[in-house]
Amino acid sequence: MLDDTESYVTADGRTIGGVVLDLKSITLRFGGVEAIKNISFDIREGEIRAIIGPNGAGKSSMLNVISGFYVPQEGEVWFRGERRPQMKPYEVAQQGIARTFQNIALFEGMSVLDNVMTGRLNKMKTGLWSQALWKGKAEREENENREAVEKIIDFLEIQSIRKTPVGRLPYGLKKRVELARALAAEPTILLLDEPMAGMNVEEKEDMCRFILDVNDEFGTTIALIEHDMGVVMDLSDRVVVMDYGRKIGDGTPDEVRNNQDVIDAYLGVSHD
Amino acid sequence: MTKSSAPSGAPINVPQLLARNVARFPNKAAYREKEFGIWQSWTWAQAAEEIEAIAMGLLALGLNKGDYVALIGRNRPAFYWSMVAIQKCGAVPVPLYQDAVAEEMAYVLEHCGARFVIVGDQEQVDKVLEVQETVHGIDEVIYLDKRGMRKYDHTHMNALDDVAAEGRAGHYRFEAILKEREAELDYDSTCVMLYTSGTTGKPKGVVLSNRNIIETSKNSADFDHLKADDEVLAYLPMAWVGDFIFSIGQAMWTGFCVNCPESAETMMTDMREIGPSYFFAPPRVFETQLTNVMIRMEDAGALKRNMFKRYMDVARRVGPAILDGKPVSFGDRLAYALGNIFVYGPLKNTLGFSRVRVGYTAGEAIGPEIFDFYRSLGINLKQLYGQTEASVFITQQPDGQVRSDTVGVPSPGVEIKIADNGEVFYRSPGVFVEYYKNADSTADTKDAEGWVATGDAGFFEDGSGHLRIIDRAKDVGKMADGSMFAPKFVENKLKFYPNILEAVVFGNNRDRCVAFINIDLTAVGNWAERNNIAYSSYQELSQHPKVLEMIREHVEEANASVAQDPMLGGCQIHRFLVLHKELDADDGELTRTRKVRRRIIEEKFDDLITALYDNKDSIYTETEVTYEDGRKGKIKATLDLRDAKVQPVARAMAAE
Repeated sequence: MLDDTESYVTADGRTIGGVVLDLKSITLRFGGVEAIKNISFDIREGEIRAIIGPNGAGKSSMLNVISGFYVPQEGEVWFRGERRPQMKPYEVAQQGIARTFQNIALFEGMSVLDNVMTGRLNKMKTGLWSQALWKGKAEREENENREAVEKIIDFLEIQSIRKTPVGRLPYGLKKRVELARALAAEPTILLLDEPMAGMNVEEKEDMCRFILDVNDEFGTTIALIEHDMGVVMDLSDRVVVMDYGRKIGDGTPDEVRNNQDVIDAYLGVSHD
Repeated sequence: MTKSSAPSGAPINVPQLLARNVARFPNKAAYREKEFGIWQSWTWAQAAEEIEAIAMGLLALGLNKGDYVALIGRNRPAFYWSMVAIQKCGAVPVPLYQDAVAEEMAYVLEHCGARFVIVGDQEQVDKVLEVQETVHGIDEVIYLDKRGMRKYDHTHMNALDDVAAEGRAGHYRFEAILKEREAELDYDSTCVMLYTSGTTGKPKGVVLSNRNIIETSKNSADFDHLKADDEVLAYLPMAWVGDFIFSIGQAMWTGFCVNCPESAETMMTDMREIGPSYFFAPPRVFETQLTNVMIRMEDAGALKRNMFKRYMDVARRVGPAILDGKPVSFGDRLAYALGNIFVYGPLKNTLGFSRVRVGYTAGEAIGPEIFDFYRSLGINLKQLYGQTEASVFITQQPDGQVRSDTVGVPSPGVEIKIADNGEVFYRSPGVFVEYYKNADSTADTKDAEGWVATGDAGFFEDGSGHLRIIDRAKDVGKMADGSMFAPKFVENKLKFYPNILEAVVFGNNRDRCVAFINIDLTAVGNWAERNNIAYSSYQELSQHPKVLEMIREHVEEANASVAQDPMLGGCQIHRFLVLHKELDADDGELTRTRKVRRRIIEEKFDDLITALYDNKDSIYTETEVTYEDGRKGKIKATLDLRDAKVQPVARAMAAE
């Protein structure tokens, strides 16, 4: 077992650092329902960490705990070696954690470019008035941000839809735009909630390539929820498996694949 | 053959033309590329600096005189610079089709013995690495886009930026040797080698000299009065001779600006932003645009639709005449001027044609309706007939003599003769040097006097002196009753229907003709949507009874038109089927320039042809398909075979 601060090099030559985000004994309740039951796991710097599990296992809730949207009743979130106090989602975002949503949450009436620009909001320092007048510093700032956004548009190969309203795009492309918006915030940790749900094989392959490229080019740590087992096993360095709010497996894809509890949860086993 | 030599003092190779342009227009834009949403531009002076840096970097990597350097990627200034840099080093650039699968690339890379390969991005690097498992001559791989390349073994791999940086750093070291290599280039040294996609057999490497390229560029630029302030959009494959002539030959000769789109998908937007003044496209591009315009107009509001219809009628009636400078009544001129304000102007602007002064289409026949549509808008669209072996130009249409059914008069400097069997031969300063490492083919195509066989059958029209092409000479055959069989003639009539993407007609040595049809998914899909026809796949839509019925009507209309021709009236289609898959270059059914490979289709779908002749009503078939990444799969389908009515053939009018 690795020490929390040790780093190692993967088979394909990426360096995985020490633990950056540590979740300790998290329990989350909605009234009487326990969505997450005493779960602990960590995410290392630069790795691709998958959270998998059947429907209703509590995966999205887990992601929402990380992003600060839900406040767990018990347990602690440690970020870069310090215990994270209770935070609003925007404060979490300022720490460099960005996310995409399971049900696409883009501004449908706005163009792709404008949607991605909203991802830069945390980087804008000028006030409402100077932005409205668009003089001096505000103009410079917009140009800088636009440049950053254009690099992401180029990276995700969505130049041809730059000016297209998001509402007119097919599903697969919307997902890509959402990824672009999350990337615009230049996150150190990226949370992806089912980035490939509802996509066809080709779109999935594209998305996989983009996720790997993001991890490789920007060194972004990625935590993702995904249903497609093939994708998860190919993509991730380590996998957490959840079932009914419990953690039933944690390890490399191979370890998880051979875990009897995981097999039972996925293939079903009689509960008597 | 008389060889005209360059007037003394005139540039005799492309690097010299570059130097001349730097002296003439140092601060004029020479190249533009849209990147990160902004048009970046380089003046002739800046471009020359880049080219020199790349050339020196290539020397640093050990590029020898006479080496072959393959280039694979989409149109980007860096590729054009690299080609000139390669020439400067005394080596030969060999641009390849970027969408070719690894297998096809392997053949060409092996055949030309490329030592260096310059590619666009990671995807192509992967292809080259795959090729290197069987082809061993490749010493260095150079790539443009650094993305995703960090983890690769870089022992023999470099980013072009780094190559140029090394060239800059070693400027003093390489200055002398680069000058020496350049000085050795003469008018007859090889300028470029281009592989023809070939409708039969393996691709052949066409060697074109500086003489070929420069003389051709000069003649054609004079013909159309191209100037330094013209703008072109470079979006056609760099491996195609046309792009080399336009984006390097003519651009270097006249000094005009070459604009590269951001990506293939943004081409239409980029074209609108640039507004090229000189434009070239295969008929397919014009067809697709027209189909899109028509679809969008059908979805438009009643006012717009009516205005469009009303003014397009005016344009159709008088537009071409106005464009050709023929007399037109004042009332019509007024109506056309109003139409220009309300319809044609905005439409041309949307399509990016506002500033087109000279437009060409070639490669395939273009439908008269499509051709007339663009001409009636006031776009000077013309046809030319050309070949890689001729450095493009054989015939072209002069301004004011433009028609959809001819390919024009011989280009300046070109002589043409028609052989007894109808095959067209030409001789010109643009005639290629040889097929690389293929003396037999060279001898078969080019005779001792420099006459080149085109492989096309055609004739000069009485009166106008325009050339008309009937078909590939080897495709022209005889029907069982002895009448002439020219499949292309019928296929072109069919392809002019927006719903039909491709047609292949069979009938050589048979008693009647049958046809395969490919539907156009955009047009038929839209039609299906408007008529509430549900479908889940291309295959299902293609076999829908209503679609088959619609295609039958098209076939019968085409038959009626074919019947008008006394010579070719026997080629009417008796039976047809709609194919369950689109013909595809990846499956070898089309060439990379999207021409039908008749023999291969005939072999591959032999069962379907037999069924058509056996008068069966339907047939079950399995077809192998190749996916973009080279994997293979199978599709199964049961196809409906349909009959079509034919008309009695018109008799030739006896001259009185």
